[in-house]
Amino acid sequence: MTDTTKTDFNRAGEAKAGTASTSGAAAVLTDIRLWSAIGIVVLLILPHYVYPVMIAKVLCFALFAAAFNLLLGFAGLLSFGHAAFFGMSAYVTGYCLQSLGFTAELGILAGTAAGALLGLAMGLLAIRRQGIYFAMITLALAQMVYFVALQAPFTGGEDGLQGVPRRDLFGIIDMSSNMNVYYLVLGVFCIGLFIVYRTVHSPFGQVLKSIRENEPRAISLGYDADRYKLMAFVLSAALSGLAGSTKVMVFQLASLTDIQWQMSGEVVLMAVLGGIGTMVGPLVGATIIITLQNELAQIGSVSTIVQGAVFVFCVLAFRRGIVGEIKHRWTTWRGRS
Amino acid sequence: MTDTLLQTKNLQAWYGESHILHGIEFSVPKGQIVTLLGRNGAGKTTTLRSIMGLVKNRTGSVVHEGTETIKLASNQIAKRGIAYCPEERGIFSSLNVKENLQLPPVIADGGMSEERVYELFPILKTRGNSQGTKLSGGEQQMLAIARILRTGAQLLLLDEPTEGLAPVIVQQIGEIIKRLKDEGFTILLVEQNFRFAERMGDVHYVIEHGEVVDRFERAEIANNREKITGYLGV
Amino acid sequence: MDFLGVPFPVFAGQLLIGLINGAFYAVLSLGLALIFGLLNIVNFAHGALYMVGAFVAFLLLDILGIGYWPALLLSPIIVGLFGMVIERFLLRPIADLDHLYGLLLTFGLALLIEGFFRQMYGVSGETYAIPSILQGGFNLGFMFLPTYRAWVIVAAIIVCGATWFLIEQTRLGATMRAAVENADLVRAFGVNVPLLVTLTYGLGVALAAFAGVLAAPIYSVNPLMGSNIIIVVFAIVVIGGLGSIKGAIISGFLLGLCEGLTRVYYPEASNIVIFVVMAIVLVVRPAGLFGKTA
Repeated sequence: MTDTTKTDFNRAGEAKAGTASTSGAAAVLTDIRLWSAIGIVVLLILPHYVYPVMIAKVLCFALFAAAFNLLLGFAGLLSFGHAAFFGMSAYVTGYCLQSLGFTAELGILAGTAAGALLGLAMGLLAIRRQGIYFAMITLALAQMVYFVALQAPFTGGEDGLQGVPRRDLFGIIDMSSNMNVYYLVLGVFCIGLFIVYRTVHSPFGQVLKSIRENEPRAISLGYDADRYKLMAFVLSAALSGLAGSTKVMVFQLASLTDIQWQMSGEVVLMAVLGGIGTMVGPLVGATIIITLQNELAQIGSVSTIVQGAVFVFCVLAFRRGIVGEIKHRWTTWRGRS
Repeated sequence: MTDTLLQTKNLQAWYGESHILHGIEFSVPKGQIVTLLGRNGAGKTTTLRSIMGLVKNRTGSVVHEGTETIKLASNQIAKRGIAYCPEERGIFSSLNVKENLQLPPVIADGGMSEERVYELFPILKTRGNSQGTKLSGGEQQMLAIARILRTGAQLLLLDEPTEGLAPVIVQQIGEIIKRLKDEGFTILLVEQNFRFAERMGDVHYVIEHGEVVDRFERAEIANNREKITGYLGV
Repeated sequence: MDFLGVPFPVFAGQLLIGLINGAFYAVLSLGLALIFGLLNIVNFAHGALYMVGAFVAFLLLDILGIGYWPALLLSPIIVGLFGMVIERFLLRPIADLDHLYGLLLTFGLALLIEGFFRQMYGVSGETYAIPSILQGGFNLGFMFLPTYRAWVIVAAIIVCGATWFLIEQTRLGATMRAAVENADLVRAFGVNVPLLVTLTYGLGVALAAFAGVLAAPIYSVNPLMGSNIIIVVFAIVVIGGLGSIKGAIISGFLLGLCEGLTRVYYPEASNIVIFVVMAIVLVVRPAGLFGKTA
């Protein structure tokens, strides 16, 4: 049973269509380069005022959510198994740094590669089905990866990998201070988001979009839809892996928390809350969810309850997400005036 | 002047963005056969679906026995005594013939008993346990008509009951429809096959681009044959 | 006495555990299949409601002193009613949207429900005693068969059979099957399809609760018991296909047995064997064993 209403799911991301001929002041307000520059400046200064590990955590999860969003928002594929990439990459990076003595950048690269490979394996299986089945398959395969991680010798089982050393970057730049790690994370985050942006705005991204809107038509136009979906899946997995690897540098820890299904749910929530199919949405979603978790961490399971409630609320009444809603209001307001 | 059983006024309907019906107006007198004629895509099927409440986005007025039904859900419309035989018959493949026949719930007294239905359609009795869609096209059509006779509904909406059927079957269906009229049913018939429709209908409405463009009584057909064939492009 | 390289009692014992797990899988995937048929959504909250079913039984006993047998009936009714409220007020408003939203919403519900019970009862779990009449067991000569475990299998088979009968052999079932095929047309015949959908969700969820009550004396009544099992059930549903009642029941039992056998020969893989089977099925027969189309 294929879903014919697929397009509806992604309408939230369509707000930017038709804004090509914006004029003067409005053009400045929507200029991506300007906003990116402002954003980077803010992120460069911010750690001097806020605990850098906290922002670094947000950035790692924002990248993770952006990677997930690349798949859902632009390829229309809902994966419920992204924790597998995030978590497995974290383990691989942790192992490489701790036991193999890799330098920071090689550790992160190894983790990212592991995420991509795992993505290739899972993607090959999952793209054989669509819609709801796709979601269930990714969830089930990720659970399998979880059990492997639970039993495999190199993951530290229930304890995870603790006290992973923050090795020097390129063997020369010291990573022992939180501030330096923060700037590494910021760099990784910017590169990751840039890759997402370029992908979405490339011919490849256009093909993905057309497959999402109408797969049979895209196939009849000669596109190998499965191959495109697989490539998107692998890219998303690799970027999720990048996020997971970088997280190890921040917390010096890779554990089962990173790889269990709740983590897959969290990243879905971040993307949905922030705005599916938007560039900034994942960052906004991640910021809110991480803050929420930190605030509610002391009171048992309240955080889970609140996350569940936010999920239900978003689906019922707030499907565009925060950034999507702002974009939508902005476009309609522009259209009227 | 006979009683009017069903009347539409300014009936409009949309599928998504596209505006399909632009104010359909016609009336169905009790005990008669009214046909809606028109080319492919003129809006005949949409008219039936709108009356039945199956088109969500619809406005205007559909009055059945003095009650406005435009705001009702399709199950409530059906409960008022309107039965629907859809385009392409709508036989359920996961149900056998007997289950298909018994599917529509009885909504009023006075429907045919199962024995009477089998009398009209003897072929169905022998095929009771076959999967519904394993029947031939003609048999499926008979099943589609048969199953709405049990319910007690007095107004039957039939959407192209002759589509894709062999002439001999078309003739059988025609006889059945006439017999139903004799038994007191009121029938609203959508047809592309004008030769068939002209033998059945007491009143004919021609629909073009979502509007009623002409109306002929049975007696007027002979003098307007050219005009009608012009409308239908046959 | 060895059987295929292992002592027969060990073999039979693991097979029995497999059969019991299979019983739970079958009842749960049956409920999922029912719900999927009419609502076109995969009910992520299914595991959470299975857990609620167990908790309701526990609370009935703990607070009201109502025992196992009444709970076996009451808990599914209570949870079923709760499910109908969920369907009416949360799922119906999004019924016309992409079905992935239904998945997201029920996922959120699962978090909410699970979080609530964790907050109230912690994660250590509560024990629920086996009813006195089902205590003890039979000595089969080659192994000891606990009465309660035998009962679980029998009860699951009865419930699956009854559900199958309802769907395949009754008029209500025929109406449900027709509505799965073409809900609009069934509605145009005068059937209150929205009500039918609500009842179906209630029934599917009640099945989950029934499984929960059955599970209560075997496993501890634990807020996490649902999320652990539901992912496995999802894999089973991918293997069997959601299109068929029979498929859901058969694949549930089969994969339970398969898991049991794995525990005999390669225990390390018993957690993942069902996922491996799923992967193989996806390669060999992407539509699933009983599915017609993807």
